Amino acid sequence: MRAYWELFITFFRMGAITFGGGYAMLPILQREVVDGKGWCTNEELTDYFAIGQCTPGIIAVNTATFIGFKQKGVAGGIVATYGLVAPSFLVIGLIAALLQNFADYAVVQNAFAGIRVAVTVLILNAVIKLLKSSVVDKLTACVFVAVAAAAWFSALSPVVFVLLAGALGIAVKVGKEAAGK
Amino acid sequence: MIFLQLFWEFFKTGLFAVGGGLATLPFLYDMGERTGWFTAHQVADMLAVSESTPGPIGINMAVYTGYTSAGPLGSLCALVGIVTPSIIVIILVAAALRAFRDNKYVNGAFYGIRPASTGLIAAAGLTVAVGALLDTDAWTGWSRFWTVFNWKALALAAVIFAVSKVFKKLHPVFLILIGAVAGVVFRFAGV
Repeated sequence: MRAYWELFITFFRMGAITFGGGYAMLPILQREVVDGKGWCTNEELTDYFAIGQCTPGIIAVNTATFIGFKQKGVAGGIVATYGLVAPSFLVIGLIAALLQNFADYAVVQNAFAGIRVAVTVLILNAVIKLLKSSVVDKLTACVFVAVAAAAWFSALSPVVFVLLAGALGIAVKVGKEAAGK
Repeated sequence: MIFLQLFWEFFKTGLFAVGGGLATLPFLYDMGERTGWFTAHQVADMLAVSESTPGPIGINMAVYTGYTSAGPLGSLCALVGIVTPSIIVIILVAAALRAFRDNKYVNGAFYGIRPASTGLIAAAGLTVAVGALLDTDAWTGWSRFWTVFNWKALALAAVIFAVSKVFKKLHPVFLILIGAVAGVVFRFAGV
């Protein structure tokens, strides 16, 4: 029971301090789940994000389900997911009920403009950390640069990049093994 | 029965919106048109609220829409609707991955996917950076390219980056807090 409560409360906390969606949650996940709880590695986190981008649903939710499932099976996945979304339910419910023009307040707009700057820095730090676990040789460095550039300049779906990179990885790894034999 | 209908509409959105919160937008426009629950203008308002509150944007949109259409119970139905497909699909994928953890094809695929995933995150981070650090409306051409830089925001970014490097153990929420306070004190949105 305690393990479920810990899953719920950890994801609840992350849901309450993540501004701006899935990518902004990445540095907080690294801090809480990788460094803090040791529930998964940076490598696994990149895998979850990749899968989260090609499967239906919201990336942050998909990642929560993944980590919860890894810890405590199906029930763990459900508990972690509802922990993550519970703060949204409370905060948005309150705002919808009481503050119809919430986003129009000057203080909200100014605070959020500042938060966006902080989130930019957080994502930069998160990417630097992920580079260490995902770029392990020349080929993976090329894949990183190519995908970052292509995703920035084109409107192609992330699914395309993930599928292509996966196929390339299989071809190289399995091909190398076959050549070695 | 609006509650069942909210669940069903957001279930479909959760099932078909691939690629994160903003991917739910086209589904919401379509939903508003078909059901009359909200207008396109309200969707824009919802997006503004979702982006300025904690939590994943897609979830916030579902909760806000559900609340404005049918109160607290409505927002619960929309919430459960949008997360259910994710939970089912991810549990299936995670179980399959667990079974094939040592498969050489799966390992090969992730060897290629990991840097691609990091590349996608970097590109998304760049989009956030442009919105936060540049003032694209002030662009007047290459001869005066520096007008596009939002110097206040760049200075704050430098400060926050330095703080994150000096105090490596500091929780990210404090960096977010520094951003929020500086944003209010120095009127970052210009209002």
